[in-house]
Amino acid sequence: MNEEQELRVKRIENGTVIDHINAGQALNVLKILGIPDSSQGVVSVLLNSPGKFGIKDVVKIENRELNVREVDKIALIAPNATINIIRNFNVSQKKKVHIPTFVEGVVRCVNPNCISNSNEPVTSKFDVSVEGNLILRCTYCGRSISEDIAKNLL
Amino acid sequence: MKFKGHHIISMTSFSRDMIDSILETAERMEPIALGKQRSDLLTGKILAVLFFEPSTRTRMSFETAMYRLGGNVLNLGSVDASSIAKGETLADTIRVVDGYADAIVLRHPKEGAAQLAAEFSTIPILNAGDGAGHHPTQTLLDLYTIKRESHLEGLKIALAGDLKYGRTVHSLCYALSLYGAEITLISPMELRMPEEIISDLEKRGAKVTESDTIEDAINEVDVIYMTRIQKERFPDPAEYEKVANRLKITPELLTDARPELRIMHPLPRVNEIDNGVDETAHACYFKQAFYGVPVRMALLALVLGAIEI
Ligand SMILES: Nc1ncnc2c1ncn2[C@@H]1O[C@H](COP(=O)(O)OP(=O)(O)OP(=O)(O)O)[C@@H](O)[C@H]1O
Ligand SMILES: [Mg+2]
Ligand SMILES: [Zn+2]
Repeated sequence: MNEEQELRVKRIENGTVIDHINAGQALNVLKILGIPDSSQGVVSVLLNSPGKFGIKDVVKIENRELNVREVDKIALIAPNATINIIRNFNVSQKKKVHIPTFVEGVVRCVNPNCISNSNEPVTSKFDVSVEGNLILRCTYCGRSISEDIAKNLL
Repeated sequence: MKFKGHHIISMTSFSRDMIDSILETAERMEPIALGKQRSDLLTGKILAVLFFEPSTRTRMSFETAMYRLGGNVLNLGSVDASSIAKGETLADTIRVVDGYADAIVLRHPKEGAAQLAAEFSTIPILNAGDGAGHHPTQTLLDLYTIKRESHLEGLKIALAGDLKYGRTVHSLCYALSLYGAEITLISPMELRMPEEIISDLEKRGAKVTESDTIEDAINEVDVIYMTRIQKERFPDPAEYEKVANRLKITPELLTDARPELRIMHPLPRVNEIDNGVDETAHACYFKQAFYGVPVRMALLALVLGAIEI
C-alpha cells in the first residue's frame, strides 16, 4: 500500500485510525461507533483498499479515541483490525483488537422467541468463542450466531 | 456439594456427581412422597408457583412435593387475572414475588426466561420449562426412573419418536452421555435428531446408532423411551398417520421381550403406546410421573438448604 494513495484524504492531526478492517465491514464499524451522530470531527472511510493481506477497509476518525467497549465490539466484526491512535499527525500507539470472551448489548439474539428479544429490562449477552470462526452464544437461550454477527448488531 | 440458594436452570450445569447426589436424595424422599412417612423438613417455607403456560403434571408434582415436606405453595393463578395481563415484565414479577416466597418454580413460553428470572431473584429459581429451552426437572426424573426401574450404569436405551424438536429427549441424551450410555435413536427421517447433537453426544462418551423401526431395538435395549409425534410437524395428514403407526408399541410387539425391558414416556401419550401395554410389567410411565415427586422434593429440600449433601 503506498502512502500517496491512502493519504488522498487529508492527514489527521489527532484521532484514531482503524486499519485492517475486513473488507465490507467499514460501515458496520461506523454503526458500532454511532457515527455520524457521535463524532464532531471529520470521518473518512476507505473501502476495498489494497493492503498487505488483500483488500481491507480503513476508518479514520478525527479528534476521537475509542474506549475498550467500543474496541471489543469492533473485534467481533473485524477481528484483524488495528487501532492506531494518532497524536500530532503521527501514530503514537498501535493496538490489535482482541476478541472479548463476553459481550453485552452489542448483538441481537437471532432467536425471535428468546427472552432477550422481549420488553424485559435486560440487554443481550453472549459468550464468545473462536472455533475457526467467531461464535457468539446467547447466555439466555443458548442460540449461536456466527455468520450473521454484522447483520444483528444492535 | 452445596445446593443451598442455587438456581436450577438447565442440565448443562450439572456434573455427574451432582446428578448422583440429587438422585440419592430423591431415593430418601420416596417414603414421604408415597405418604408413608411424614416430614416437616420445609415447614414454614413457601414455594411460589409461576406458570405462564399450562401444565398439569409438572405444576401438580411441584405442589405435592412442597406439601409432602410440610411447606406451603403460593400459586400465581391464571395469567389473565394477574398483572402480567397488564403488561408487567417478568423481571418485575420476579422482584415482587421474591419478597413473598422462599423459592420460585417458573414455566414460561420464552427461551431463557429462567435465566433472566435468576438475574432478578435473590431466592432460588427452579426452571419448569422455558419455551423450547430447558426442563431440567423432567430430565432428572427421567434419570431417576431409569435408575430405579433399570440401571444407569452400562445402560442401553432406545429413544423413539420426535427426536428433532423434543427438548426432553435432547436433554436426557446429554445427561445419559455422562454415564456412557449406548443410545439407539428411532425416528422418521423428518424428525431425526440434529446432526450437531449426535456428534456432541459421541464426543461426550455416548455410543449412538440410528434406526427407523422399534422391532429391532426391543431385544437389544434395557429401556425404550417413547415420545409423542406432533401432527403439526407433518403438512400431509396421511404421512403423519403412516409415521405414527410405524412408531407404536403394542402388546404383540412385546411378546418375546425380555422381562427386564422398561418402557418410559413423558406423557401425555396419544397412541404411540397401546393401552394394552399398560398391564405389562414393561410399562413404567405412570411410575415415571410419580417419580417426579421425590425428585422435586429432593431439589426443593436441597436448594432451600434443608438438606446438605
Ligand atoms: N496522520 C495520519 N492521518 C491519517 N492516517 C494516518 C496518519 N498516520 C498514519 N495513518 C494511517 O494509519 C495506519 C497505520 O499507520 P502506520 O504508519 O502504522 O502504517 P503501517 O506501518 O502500514 O501499519 P500496519 O503494519 O499496522 O499496517 C495506516 O493506514 C496509515 O495510512
Ligand atoms: Mg499498513
Ligand atoms: Zn437468545
